[in-house]
Amino acid sequence: MEMDLAPEHVAFREEVLDFLAEMPAEFARKARNAHYFSHAETMEWQRILHAKGWAAPNWPAEHGGTGWDVTRRFIFTEELARANTPELSPFGLVMVGPLLIEFGTDEQKQRFLPKILSGDEVWCQGYSEPNAGSDLASLQLRADKDGSDYILNGQKTWTTNAQYADWIFVLARTSREGRKQEGISFLLADIQNTDGIDVKPFLTTGGTTAFSETWFKDARVPQSNRVGPENGGWSMAKALLGHERTAIGGVSESGGWIQHVKRIALKTPLGKGTLLDDPGFRSRIAALEMRLRAVTMAQNRSLADAQLGRAPGPESSILKIVGTETYQEITELAMDAMGHDALGWKDSPEEVLPDHEKWIASRFNYLRACTIYGGSNEIQRNVIAKRILGLPS
Amino acid sequence: MNFDLSEEQQMIVDTVAKWVEVQSPVERFRKCREDDRTWDRETWAAMGEYGWLGVCYDEDIGGFGGDFLDAALILEQLGRGLVPEPYIPSVVMGGSLIERLGSDEHQERFLTPMLEGKTSLALAYAERQSRYNLSDCLTSAHAKNGGYVLAGEKTWVLNGHAADQIVVAARTSGDQLDDRGISLFVVDGDAANLTRVEAKGMDGHTTALLRFEGVEVGPDRLLGEVDSGLPHLEWAVDRGAAAACAEGQGCVQELFERTVAYLKQREQFEVPIGSFQALQHRAADMYTETELCRSTMLLAAIQVDSDDPEIRKAEVSAAKAQLTRGGWFVQENAIQLFGGIGVTDEQDEGLYFKRLRVLQGLFGDADHHIARFQALERFDAAVRSEA
Repeated sequence: MEMDLAPEHVAFREEVLDFLAEMPAEFARKARNAHYFSHAETMEWQRILHAKGWAAPNWPAEHGGTGWDVTRRFIFTEELARANTPELSPFGLVMVGPLLIEFGTDEQKQRFLPKILSGDEVWCQGYSEPNAGSDLASLQLRADKDGSDYILNGQKTWTTNAQYADWIFVLARTSREGRKQEGISFLLADIQNTDGIDVKPFLTTGGTTAFSETWFKDARVPQSNRVGPENGGWSMAKALLGHERTAIGGVSESGGWIQHVKRIALKTPLGKGTLLDDPGFRSRIAALEMRLRAVTMAQNRSLADAQLGRAPGPESSILKIVGTETYQEITELAMDAMGHDALGWKDSPEEVLPDHEKWIASRFNYLRACTIYGGSNEIQRNVIAKRILGLPS
Repeated sequence: MNFDLSEEQQMIVDTVAKWVEVQSPVERFRKCREDDRTWDRETWAAMGEYGWLGVCYDEDIGGFGGDFLDAALILEQLGRGLVPEPYIPSVVMGGSLIERLGSDEHQERFLTPMLEGKTSLALAYAERQSRYNLSDCLTSAHAKNGGYVLAGEKTWVLNGHAADQIVVAARTSGDQLDDRGISLFVVDGDAANLTRVEAKGMDGHTTALLRFEGVEVGPDRLLGEVDSGLPHLEWAVDRGAAAACAEGQGCVQELFERTVAYLKQREQFEVPIGSFQALQHRAADMYTETELCRSTMLLAAIQVDSDDPEIRKAEVSAAKAQLTRGGWFVQENAIQLFGGIGVTDEQDEGLYFKRLRVLQGLFGDADHHIARFQALERFDAAVRSEA
């Protein structure tokens, strides 16, 4: 066994940290204080990364990616998450981009990839529907053939970022024959320039907009915007779910949050000292930090396997569950650390609610979603029970 | 990073696993627990012969030159068979201190025979009032005639009833709670004025309360420097804790696997109970906790001999807390899912449950290790330096 990273990976981590140290001051202030970043700020951050050549760590170099190995990708993601930099929207860079690289036509690659990379076009995902959540394959958005087009009718929901998006990738029903998984196609729709696509964002409990609903009424999508074969969309969707599984549990973000909880505690007066002097509260932080170490080690075992070119081992399947649950517990602890300040909200004046606490309540609320998205934790438990433990249906 | 076992390590694991299956299944433990000694001298000698007792000792004293992880891998397999021989007190704890602090003569007299399985060792440090605080030591060692006289009591000494030599922590100076002033001595198990009160534990292992009523030892029985034993004792007890995590891993793994097998086999309402989602989710969570126990156990085994005591303490504490809390989740649900049969002595699961609970309480429980973790300098050094 070898605990340590290889020397070239240690050097790479230094390179990433040096880059982060040069972050624009306004980004640095917000990152240090665990702020939320708006969509505009997030896209600005993507342009900064793109200028450095680092916008798409998981793309091959020939398409403008970094060509990094899995450990470099992980280090990069980890350090950015730990530093609380804006989380780039994954729908173009992590999801549809790699899918196009693998399954797209040459025309599709030329048309879409450069603008995904630069951030000139924003993407969103049309998977879930009001009646197709965990049971995604029961989706009903119709795509009927008409000449060289499909005509789309129906509704998608939880279409995160659709309110800002230029393009949406959807799973649509192109056949009602056979198993429900077999009649689905993967289509790309131009939100801005197609009649009959309407987007209505939800205000989340965090007081920000993230997800939205998207309606399709006789919306025309050319058949040339289909990725993969007709009725072959389900395997596209599954291929997509396999991308970058090691990062889904929010483990690196949790590491940043643990530090921030300590920071809040240090700045929270208690008697003549601070909350960070209180053994009871310190023990609560410690218990979660120890738990996080356990999850981090599980993640490192999974990463080491990936670096050796192996398929994700069984330990990677637990990362989503225990990673996100730990993440949430840490945000709960951050709220507890704030005491009366936890009454505040992101628009409270700074003399009442200091900058380092400004966004905690918002993010605490929004992060209730992390045990739901990406396959709810209950679905993950079903997966473990059936695929790993072999328990009967 | 690479967490694969080396070829040699995989061979050790396979060999010990096979031996447990054939030579030391749970039935052997059931026989041993009926005896006074509760472990078997011939088996111990065989373990010495196979080289398992010397696996992490230097070659020049009869060991195999491996590291702690090798011993942890052996212990995990021994845990799967509830093997009762005193590996932790003798190899991991008492022996480690003799190797680290002892003279050549100490090593030759006390260590080499133990590595061969001819003798066994123990480490006596806990007292009635000390709980998990290693600085808390009332047992005294007064200088006399160039040697020392020991007086006091040590409780729940693992293998204290059978050990040929016992490493004893005793105060040579200072007050009850002082860090400085603790010294370590090698005392013969049959020394004059030493009474061993045997106590059989919940897990079927025998331990002893040791009463020192003027036990005289020569100056040659002092290990290391006088008054300076505490850091070494902390290290040895941390090794014990990491070893408890390794043996406990074997118990956790057994309980988890046996429960999943039972869920597939046991039928109610005309279907296997493992088809019920409520139980599937419980089993999935047991799987998660088992894997987290394994991750932290490996980390602790790798770092327990770190040059930086803060790293050692952090990883050992994280592992011990996980064994104690996560392991508990596995064991309580194992019994629950087996139903009434899980509470009978004839079913092996209860034996694993009891051994695991003993290992969880040894060398610091979760509360102790959480408290220790938050007291480390590295816990808040980074945020304090920002301010």
